[in-house]
Amino acid sequence: MGISLSNISKSYKKVKAVQDISFDVNPGELFGLIGPDGAGKTTIFRILTTLLIPDDGTASVAGFDVVKDYKAIRNSVGYMPGRFSLYQDLTVEENLTFFATIFGTTIEENYDLIEDIYVQIEPFKDRRAGKLSGGMKQKLALCCALIHKPKVLFLDEPTTGVDPVSRKEFWEMLKRLQKKGITILVSTPYMDEAALCDRIALIQDGEILEIDTPEAIVNKFPKTIYNVGADNMYKLIQTLKGYKHLYSVFPFGEFVHYTDKRDSFETAELKSYLENAGLIDISIDATQPNIEDAFMELAK
Amino acid sequence: MKKENVIVAEELTKAFGDFKAVNAISFEVKKGEIFGFLGANGAGKTTAMKMLIGISKPSSGKAKVAGFDVYTQTESIKKNIGYMSQKFALYDDLTVKENITFFGGIYGLSRAKIKEKREQLISELGLEGISNKLVGSLPLGWKQKLSFSVSLIHEPKIVFLDEPTGGVDPITRRQFWEMIYKAADQGTTIFVTTHYMDEAEYCDRVSIMVEGKIEALDTPKKLKEQFKVASMNDVFLKLARNIEL
Amino acid sequence: MKRFIGFIKKEFYHIFRDRRSLFILFGMPIAQILLFGFAITNEINNVDIAILDHSKDATTEEIINKISASKYFTINQMIAREADIETAFKKGKIKAVLNFEKDFSKNLIKEQKATIQIITDATDPNTANSITNYINAILQNYQQSKNKGIVVEYQIIPQTRMVYNPELKSVFMFVPGVMTIILMLVSAMMTSISITREKELGTMEILLVSPLKPFQVIIGKVVPYIFLSVINAAVIVLLSIFIFKMPVQGSLFLLGAESVLFIITSLALGILISTIAETQQSAMMISLMGLMLPVILLSGFIFPITSMAAPLQIISHIIPAKWFIIIIKGIMLKGVGMAYIWKETLILIGMTIFFIGLSVKKYKIRLE
Repeated sequence: MGISLSNISKSYKKVKAVQDISFDVNPGELFGLIGPDGAGKTTIFRILTTLLIPDDGTASVAGFDVVKDYKAIRNSVGYMPGRFSLYQDLTVEENLTFFATIFGTTIEENYDLIEDIYVQIEPFKDRRAGKLSGGMKQKLALCCALIHKPKVLFLDEPTTGVDPVSRKEFWEMLKRLQKKGITILVSTPYMDEAALCDRIALIQDGEILEIDTPEAIVNKFPKTIYNVGADNMYKLIQTLKGYKHLYSVFPFGEFVHYTDKRDSFETAELKSYLENAGLIDISIDATQPNIEDAFMELAK
Repeated sequence: MKKENVIVAEELTKAFGDFKAVNAISFEVKKGEIFGFLGANGAGKTTAMKMLIGISKPSSGKAKVAGFDVYTQTESIKKNIGYMSQKFALYDDLTVKENITFFGGIYGLSRAKIKEKREQLISELGLEGISNKLVGSLPLGWKQKLSFSVSLIHEPKIVFLDEPTGGVDPITRRQFWEMIYKAADQGTTIFVTTHYMDEAEYCDRVSIMVEGKIEALDTPKKLKEQFKVASMNDVFLKLARNIEL
Repeated sequence: MKRFIGFIKKEFYHIFRDRRSLFILFGMPIAQILLFGFAITNEINNVDIAILDHSKDATTEEIINKISASKYFTINQMIAREADIETAFKKGKIKAVLNFEKDFSKNLIKEQKATIQIITDATDPNTANSITNYINAILQNYQQSKNKGIVVEYQIIPQTRMVYNPELKSVFMFVPGVMTIILMLVSAMMTSISITREKELGTMEILLVSPLKPFQVIIGKVVPYIFLSVINAAVIVLLSIFIFKMPVQGSLFLLGAESVLFIITSLALGILISTIAETQQSAMMISLMGLMLPVILLSGFIFPITSMAAPLQIISHIIPAKWFIIIIKGIMLKGVGMAYIWKETLILIGMTIFFIGLSVKKYKIRLE
């Protein structure tokens, strides 16, 4: 009852959107498709929701083929497209009622599934969807996608443009839905959300870089990463770029992430190199890699 | 050496009827600083920024941007600032060269100066091969880098960036931040408005707006210490949740 | 069926909550009708006319006196010969010439009928038409007073000839034209906009990924507009009858049925447009440029088809509005029945089936 893609490719005119994509999502899994804008995430969603026909390869959702059995898939999945696709001029309640009706059900019938999400927006049920905040639109869109009790839920960038509090709440909701046995495929450009998924696929330029659990991906990172800090960030980066043992340097918030070509080295040596270049307040500490480090290493 | 302030806001307020979108905010930004202006959607960030760039008149309070008054000298402000937003940046149906020339033109650069800037910019970004291509055909990351460079074309004192790196890949994003660091190192002040907290981590100092007021203002490091959390995202969550209680 | 009704309900919410579409739906038909109606004034006053009296007897004198006594006409000159009619018109002062046949009185008594020719300058067709109507009224009035108490009725037969613009457009001609434009606009433009709006919002994606069948979506989009367009057509007809006293000669039922047919044709066109256009803006542009302009310019609404260049005449055949205008002109002004307009009706039906077939074929069940 999960999702399966094998060797899926799709081009628009000359542009290759996705190339030779294969992965499986197990039933009941929360699977994340992580990658920047233009990586091909939406194309994959549209193929799986039967909106696009792949040029090559096969895919199935809940056991149904995405081309042959498209009608069966359309009956059994919930889909939340990238922009919260709601009717702006209908109220919260009218939107939900409408989507319930076209799926041949009622709000009451499946209320238990959406209850803990819907209670948060219920105080605004007579407000038009266009007048809701990003976070509330997101919750309403999720309710609409869930109202017919889908077996598989497709969420295309559900947290884009939403404030951090709503994002956190949203992920908590996904975890609860997962417990109810719904298979969830979610995409996001935010690397920090990767850790919240059971397994993730890192994707860039239409190709998959890696598929695994977030922990395993991070653990595979081949180098030791050092947080290097100094008084002048620009000068620090430029100086490090001139260091002969440099493997990579990337700004990372208040520090830079530095990796060395050698398997092991003395941080004192690097420190004196930086001091000689005129930098002060230098700090060098080994740190844990995160998904972004892994992504950049894989995308190289 | 104490650096001069290029933005000074005192009790700056914007009211729409009874509703105070921006409620008496005060802060300073120094020359060459990267200042993060954070807040959820609807917290008043955009309204505050519009007052600072001279396209919206404050209801009360004082503010000076690049030494000019936001009430009376808005034209001078506009000449001394650059602006880049994720929504509007460059014209997709003009080529790289045409975009640079056009934006140089609106800031009144001389023809020779535009030519010089155009060549410099194209070589810095490594766009030599595609300078006659339409901007619309470039990848998102390149567009953003080009758009940032264009916002610096008239050598402004301050650049306002509106959610500059949303959605780009991690490598491009870092290249982008390197460009920002470089501009800051050369003395340009960078004012970043965003609701993506990981962009906040890169700033020298950040302010967090909640419901029209600045609720926190310090370096990311000190804010994280103060709230005893590991990331700016958690700082924000704590702040927003406390307000709710 | 419940799904379908839910869908239609939603469409009505959209329509009634959008002031702009409500205005296009109901404000515009009324505004257009009133505008056309009052801009074309049919009041005439002290119009200069000329008389060519071949008979010069007591009856013609009586009639001439009666006409000159009315406030509507001033007799500007008497013409002696047929050849002078042209010269009189060319001077530009007179708007009409009354031409009494020879032995007018005699004919009237002997054969109970006599003929007057009314020649009008139809470069201003509306005035020309009004003049004819007024003179006819005066003649009728005269006949009635003469026939009182006399057993054998006799008739004066006016023959009307319009010079310079043989295809005369009636004062009431604007009603069929405006009705055609409104129905076309409301049906085609509004449906295409409402379908493309769903594409723009992204809600079309959700509708596609739902058990709702594509034809249900289409029909659901179309039904509210059939309903609203019928109301519109009725409003237009009622306004014309009650404000402009326009007579509807033919069967109202037939008029209604033909209107519904044309509404369906337009809706099919609207659906076709929405399969091509991706945005509301382009749907609107295509509707305006592709439908409105041909309707206004080539349907015979403003410019008579017979006076168009040959290629344009051929193009006008493929414009559904042309056939609909012929049909409703026939029903409203001439009072004809199906026997006279079955050909045009069949053409419209054919076009509708073609458009529906094409849109079904072009309608995408997926995004490409």
